[in-house]
Amino acid sequence: MNLLTRLGRYFIFLGMLFRRREKASVYARQTLEEAVLLGIDSIFIVSIVSTFIGAVTCVQTAYNLVSPFIPDYVISLIVRDMTLLELAPTITSIVLAGKVGSNIASGLGTMRISEQVDALEVMGLNSVSYLVLPKILAAVLVFPMLITIAGFLSIWGGYVAGTLTGAITPDEYIYGIRADFIPFNVPFALIKTVVFAFLITSISAFQGYYTEGGALEVGKASTTAVTNSCIAILVADYLLAQLLL
Amino acid sequence: MIEIQNVSKAFNGRQVLDGISGKFEPGNCSLIIGGSGTGKSVLLKCIIGLFKPEAGNVLYAGRDFWEGNADVKRDIRREMGVLFQGGALFDSKNVLENVKFPLDMLTDQSEKEKIERAEFCLQRVGLENAAKRMPSEISGGMKKRVGIARAIVMNPKYLFCDEPNSGLDPLTSVKIDELIQEITDEYKITTVVITHDMNSVLGIGEYIMFLHKGHKLWEGSNQNILDTDVPELQEFLYANQLIRRMKNH
Repeated sequence: MNLLTRLGRYFIFLGMLFRRREKASVYARQTLEEAVLLGIDSIFIVSIVSTFIGAVTCVQTAYNLVSPFIPDYVISLIVRDMTLLELAPTITSIVLAGKVGSNIASGLGTMRISEQVDALEVMGLNSVSYLVLPKILAAVLVFPMLITIAGFLSIWGGYVAGTLTGAITPDEYIYGIRADFIPFNVPFALIKTVVFAFLITSISAFQGYYTEGGALEVGKASTTAVTNSCIAILVADYLLAQLLL
Repeated sequence: MIEIQNVSKAFNGRQVLDGISGKFEPGNCSLIIGGSGTGKSVLLKCIIGLFKPEAGNVLYAGRDFWEGNADVKRDIRREMGVLFQGGALFDSKNVLENVKFPLDMLTDQSEKEKIERAEFCLQRVGLENAAKRMPSEISGGMKKRVGIARAIVMNPKYLFCDEPNSGLDPLTSVKIDELIQEITDEYKITTVVITHDMNSVLGIGEYIMFLHKGHKLWEGSNQNILDTDVPELQEFLYANQLIRRMKNH
């Protein structure tokens, strides 16, 4: 199946999300369950990754800034801007594409090959809307919260690593993260996250929903879902930077 | 009554079903039999609305499923109960929640009414003590029975079973057949069973349709199937050691 055909099927799939919807109460309950599964269960991995990324960014920036004419507070300024613009929204989303994307694709793929999706269809339900819409709503709701936590922990990780290694003093670090702050970077990071959340869940659900075959194909769908989600995140990241900055 | 008229279906240019016609009467257990890859499951999926046939009609009490609008399709689907080959139980829900699921989605009954109805259906299939267990904790035979309970929870007019005996031991297999027969008689529903199990053929086949390479080669009942002179059906029937011995004696 060529790229254009797949893209066409993906957009038809998105259109099916909003046709023949079920009662709002069904979506509310499902969305809450998915929010726990996609969001709360991802806090640990997001915390670990973002803390270490912030720490490594701080240490490596300090290592590269050797000129005596550059003040030390620039280290934390760089940690802050890198965190807000790229590390928290994009890298965390790529991590989430691995965890959440594979979970969604394999879950739906297993439902498809074990005829659970068919069971929903013969009941007269719109299986795409029932299974996928709550996942997208939950991700769009929860991912910005995760990215906010990631941003905070990344800057905190930089602070801990910078001060423990003596690369920067605590006062300079605090001064740096306040210096030349551009407030729009925060909503920009959150806008990016919402777009990434939509892409990860919809692409992964698309891969899983149309799985054909057996366990091997479920594994392949899961891998393809992660790969395609990561590519979509990077393309969207570039486009959003061009459009909004 | 369900009537299928000249149903044809092809995949990637390969003809899987070629002009299949037949009638499935209410209160009867109708069987679609044939070897593996003869198009039985594809025919069932065309009947229950999962595959659209290239040609032909599927009529439910005179209403054409594929020609009907979304409302007709929805109404017909709400009159159907389907038992899938592996049970198709939702892994994240326990047995009671699985049976209750169609009521949750399609009715406005109170929670108490829904639980009572689901418990009644579980009792009907002899699984009243398994309500809180997860699908992963029950045997293949129990999954089929939960599948039957879920299929009948909405009081369907039409019951479809895709290979209800596959993967089961002979004793459980007979019990499942008996259960399907009892439910059909009790509620006077139109039951269509896909099978290649000879016990089912001889036990519950009030109307039997034999498919071979996408064609209907024979139709009749379990009373006259052993008298067939269709070579493909004879080959299918007498592949079973027991039937062969019966014939020889």
